[in-house]
Amino acid sequence: MEQIVKKRIKQVMKGDHDAFGDIVELYKNSIFQLCFRMLGNRHEAEDLAQEAFIRAFVNIESFNQDLKFSTWLYRIATNLCIDRLRKKKPDYYLDAEVAGTEGLTMYSQIPSNTPLPETEVESLELQETVQNEILKLPEKYRSAIVLKYIEDLSLNEISEILDLPLGTVKTRIHRGREALRQQLRYV
Amino acid sequence: MCPDQIIELMHDYLDDELDPKKEQILREHLQSCKECQTIFNELKKTVAFVQSISHMQAPADFTAQVLAKLPKEKKKIWIGRLLKSHPILSAASVFVALMLGSLVSTWNQDQEFSVSKQKNLVVKDNTVIVPKGKVVKGDVIVRNGDLKIEGEIQGDATVIHGKKYLASAGHVTGDIEEVNEVFDWMWYHMKTTTKKVVHVLDSE
Repeated sequence: MEQIVKKRIKQVMKGDHDAFGDIVELYKNSIFQLCFRMLGNRHEAEDLAQEAFIRAFVNIESFNQDLKFSTWLYRIATNLCIDRLRKKKPDYYLDAEVAGTEGLTMYSQIPSNTPLPETEVESLELQETVQNEILKLPEKYRSAIVLKYIEDLSLNEISEILDLPLGTVKTRIHRGREALRQQLRYV
Repeated sequence: MCPDQIIELMHDYLDDELDPKKEQILREHLQSCKECQTIFNELKKTVAFVQSISHMQAPADFTAQVLAKLPKEKKKIWIGRLLKSHPILSAASVFVALMLGSLVSTWNQDQEFSVSKQKNLVVKDNTVIVPKGKVVKGDVIVRNGDLKIEGEIQGDATVIHGKKYLASAGHVTGDIEEVNEVFDWMWYHMKTTTKKVVHVLDSE
């Protein structure tokens, strides 16, 4: 797979849009999910995931071909998310959490047409709870936890993506895991 | 209260970074300590919860959206892909390129003065003259020179790379044409070739 990616990257460097389309297809779910788990909102996640790919395309010249492309792409996306979180102004989206409620979004204010089966409701509730707990983590623990458990990356890759020493990454994952345990232990 | 070190061992275990010796220490401790067992199970459950939400998909039109926002593709790539997907087009374009090349090069090479051979034509310093009162029969073609018409040409007059002067008394029964640019040249070439082809077809 890395070989195919390398070949595509060479074509992209010559300015080939179709080759880049293949790259986007390959990584779109991972990058979109990373942004969604970091930001907690679909609109922003889609926006930033697109931005990450566009930046990768525009700056492809600065990509070192000896490295793994996915690492570079994850780094761009993670940095964009962290930047966004830092200068986040209050935005109003349907799937943003309603103030003063526990995990309620504007979507839940809209009556749904079809009643969901009970098990599905339960699993959706659990997913929402887990997502909300991740979003409550400080951003430095959140990025490490998301890269580790949502994106299933190795500690070494995470240390490259976040540009941090391995020890620091471990500490962040330990703290993040501990914080999540405190919140999720009675679920 | 259990030492913090045990919690550290749990995290190392979850990171797959616990050597067998330390794993033994952790196992022994867990067997004797209910409290740590609970914490360990909670940690494992937490990890499982987080992993369970990891299957999200990007919106369906995501790739199209990204591609639409990219800076414009270079023409070279675009044409290259077009030719790749339409082999006939590439064959045709090679043909056209060769044709153009040969035409343009004949245009540039052909710098010598020449004139079609006919009775009554007078040549003077790269100028062809149809004298007053004389009649030239057939088409007159002058290359790299001028044509001065004082008499009559019964046919077409064509001047390539030059100028024609038509005196008031001069007369041409057919078309008069001046060819001075590459495009005119190509157009002229195409016309005469077609005429010849039509002629051949007609005579058959």
